[in-house]
Amino acid sequence: MFLRHRTPIRNQTAENALFARRTIIAFCGVVILLFVLVINLYNIQVNSHESYQTQANGNRIKVIPIAPNRGLIFDRNGIVLAENIPTHSLELIPEKVKDLSATINELAHIVSISDEERARFLKSAKRQRRFKSIILKSRLTPEQVAKLSVNLHSFPGVRIEARLKRFYPFGESLTHTVGYVARLNKKDQAKIILDGEEATYAATRDMGRLGIEKYYQKLLHGQPGYREIEVNNRGRIVRILKEELPEHGQDLYLNIDIRLQEKAYQELAGRRGSVVAVDPNNGAVLAMVSSPSYDPNLFVHGISTKNYNKLLSADKPLINRSTMGTYPPASTIKQLMALAGLEANIINEHTSIKDPGWYKLPNVERKFRDHLAWGHGNVDVYRAMEKSCDTYFYDVANRLGIDRISTFMDQFGFGQYSGLDIHEEKRGIMPSRQWKRERHNQPWYPGDTISLGIGQSYWTSTPMQLTNATAIVAVSGKIYRPQLLGASQGRNGLLQLPADEKQPVILKDSYNWEIAKKGMWQVVNSPGGTAYKVFKDANYISAGKSGTAQLISIAADEKYDAKKIRERHRDNAMYVGYAPYDKPEIAITVVVENAGGGSSSAAPLARKIFDIYLDKNVSNNSSLLAGNSMQKKTVSSTSQAGTTHGR
Amino acid sequence: MDANRAGAGFSKPQPLSHKIHLDFPLLAGLLALMCISLVVVYSASGESIAMIKSQGIRMLASLFALIFVAQISPTMLRRWAFPLFIAAVGLLVATLLFGHVGKGAQRWLDLGVTKFQPSEAMKLILPVMVAHYITRYALPATLKHVTIGAILIAIPVFLIYKQPDLGTSILVASSGIFVLFLAGMSWKVISSLVISAIPFSIMMWYFFLHDYQRRRVLTFLDPERDPLGNGYHIIQSKIAIGSGGLEGKGWLNGTQSQLEFLPERHTDFIFSVLSEEFGLMGVIALLVIYLFVIARCLYIANNAQEPFSKILAGAITLTFFVYLFVNIGMVSGLLPVVGVPLPLVSFGGTSMITLMSGFGMIMAIHTHRQVNR
Repeated sequence: MFLRHRTPIRNQTAENALFARRTIIAFCGVVILLFVLVINLYNIQVNSHESYQTQANGNRIKVIPIAPNRGLIFDRNGIVLAENIPTHSLELIPEKVKDLSATINELAHIVSISDEERARFLKSAKRQRRFKSIILKSRLTPEQVAKLSVNLHSFPGVRIEARLKRFYPFGESLTHTVGYVARLNKKDQAKIILDGEEATYAATRDMGRLGIEKYYQKLLHGQPGYREIEVNNRGRIVRILKEELPEHGQDLYLNIDIRLQEKAYQELAGRRGSVVAVDPNNGAVLAMVSSPSYDPNLFVHGISTKNYNKLLSADKPLINRSTMGTYPPASTIKQLMALAGLEANIINEHTSIKDPGWYKLPNVERKFRDHLAWGHGNVDVYRAMEKSCDTYFYDVANRLGIDRISTFMDQFGFGQYSGLDIHEEKRGIMPSRQWKRERHNQPWYPGDTISLGIGQSYWTSTPMQLTNATAIVAVSGKIYRPQLLGASQGRNGLLQLPADEKQPVILKDSYNWEIAKKGMWQVVNSPGGTAYKVFKDANYISAGKSGTAQLISIAADEKYDAKKIRERHRDNAMYVGYAPYDKPEIAITVVVENAGGGSSSAAPLARKIFDIYLDKNVSNNSSLLAGNSMQKKTVSSTSQAGTTHGR
Repeated sequence: MDANRAGAGFSKPQPLSHKIHLDFPLLAGLLALMCISLVVVYSASGESIAMIKSQGIRMLASLFALIFVAQISPTMLRRWAFPLFIAAVGLLVATLLFGHVGKGAQRWLDLGVTKFQPSEAMKLILPVMVAHYITRYALPATLKHVTIGAILIAIPVFLIYKQPDLGTSILVASSGIFVLFLAGMSWKVISSLVISAIPFSIMMWYFFLHDYQRRRVLTFLDPERDPLGNGYHIIQSKIAIGSGGLEGKGWLNGTQSQLEFLPERHTDFIFSVLSEEFGLMGVIALLVIYLFVIARCLYIANNAQEPFSKILAGAITLTFFVYLFVNIGMVSGLLPVVGVPLPLVSFGGTSMITLMSGFGMIMAIHTHRQVNR
């Protein structure tokens, strides 16, 4: 043992023991702390494993909905009325573009890029993920697409993207019937949430807003598919785990015949009015035109305020006159008034009266004028219709009284929704005592009844209602709900929509139908008939009734003079009719606002429509909805998407 | 007690390991950890060969550092303790004054050729210095020596903390404190320190902690507080660990790491990657290797011949444990997020060289068997 060290005396044994003790304590501490770690890890990895597993999957798995392609809309002959066409847009992926503004400047040499487009792009480039494609310029013209395509190779990260957009090749003529789609807006979103359809619309951009597009939104829309994808922390898709394809929307075949529709719209061009044609044998709506109209394609891409303000003009192009325009039916209901009189035994086939040119209630000064100031002389029911004699029907109406008139006319659908398959519709007014009490808080005066005889007074009707009433007469009382949709084609093949027959009008004496029809026949076929000249050389025999609706009252001793009256106050020209006379295939109503006489301004249009529809050489043997040629004509929306149809 | 057998020539022949001053069992444990490191870094880096190469080069460098340090005898170490300590403190001051700013902290000193972190060196120099000081006197250390030791610790810890680098200052502090603990600091002092730590930490909270450090602590207490900011790391890390389950998702199949939901996955959060892909089984295997390394080192410490070696080896070992405890505790949500890597497994250079140099010292202690003269 050495005695001394440099340091004071040390007890090595004690020091070693101390160190050993401390080391053991430390080692125990190490083991205990490791144990704590393991217990904690056991808790996380074993006890809470499932919860964390779920969270890990939630991190990496995203479900992306795939929008279904919207069903196409065809006319009865298989001509496309609404289709999905690719619109091209110029897009950039910021991540792959070195210098955004330099690239945009270079692109601007190829296609014009407005400051607004540039600003919008840069704004969204800031907000979106850098690997997401952002639109720089949308709705490229084919020429622009071509110019860009040949240059794309020198622009990495720049591409031309095609998206399906709704396109209406026939534009204005069908707007009120087919309607249009527009971007989903906040209101739509709220409704979708209210209906609990978030899943259905998860990937949808457009929503039917009008007409068929709105009414059959569900059928046209289809069911979305989805793609289960694995993403990384930046949301970039790593791989697709699962894919369920969407069920595309159903294709709809309308009863509309686009030839009639186009013709009617052309004929109305620049004027305000409506043409409605239906097949009286099943209620199929063959044409439904409202003029003026507007281009539905404007709404698909979002209409500008400037364009929209144009649509708020005094001509009211936004209104569907066929179903929302309520017009006094005027003389076009005289055959119905005759029927009512015949049914009530007030008149018969031979009853005739002398028409002095006016009608007067006993003890009342006021004269109800005939449109022919000197009167029609002796008229029976046929002549009364043929010549549209007002006095005759003043008398019939007066003797029928309001109650019998309104009850009878109710059967023909006046004052009621037609049940047409679009949402835009008005009821019009079939006046009654009760109606006047409720509406005007006034009793019904006998004077009110008299002008009902010539479809004036409070009576208003839509062209659709008039067409239905005419069709009912044409087929002797059978009633069919008017339908725009003829068939739908979905996953389960073609589904024909059956005619929807209603409770028919049953007359005590069915011969009365023949009297009414004969009267309408005379209008067209008797040399004295109001529409004789118009239909003189037609290849078919038709029947009809003209009408001239007075819009302002004219004092008893005053004469109507179109030149003196402001255009807006001139008479509405109207015509109802059907053809062929013995086996009706088409019933029609033509209304031309402020055009004057029905026989001169409205009947020629009806004639043109009949001519086309009844021209057996060209027409309906190719009709999809009539023949069995359906199979070869059916085109699915999937295969159609992406192809362009010319007009 | 054969310490009086002075004649070195008569001692029994030394084994090979002692000639080259290496301890093979310890070396085996360290190499095992390095292998695990390569496997997990490969997965965490998205199968990057470049990163594996770079990590491999660092490992080689740190092995050389270990072999080099192992050749230095403890006596030599003691001789150099004070000058090294002064130099390291000087460098820390220099870093604070002229340091290179990285990740918002001045940790690097640009030496022209390479960047150097003086705080890393301090992790080893401080325990050497404190052990050297404290073992000059009889043990257990008296209050006076403990106090002076504590001052020696406080100087570099404060300087590192000012950089600011909470993680390293904790590690440096613990390396010094373990020296005091192993030197027999009295339990009275320990317990009074623990008690006074409470008001001290409150003071720290209000006067010394940086905002980002406070946020880290708050986030640690409630990760959901800030799920997209600071809490994101902890939440994603726990999801990774938890979804690994008992057996793991398999190598290269961890969705949290492969799809990059896990932040800092090849550095501080590499443990989460390992947990996700190899499950609790893999974790326990790793911990067993760590425990083996620690046990072997403590065995060496206990068998060392003189107090300086014992205390130094013990302190280095326990600091190594602090590394792994803080890291694993942090990624599994037991401790706040402080930037401490998983020792020898995390990708990254400086800490690995320091750690391996530390093990070099332990091997030197084991193989340079000197006698007291």
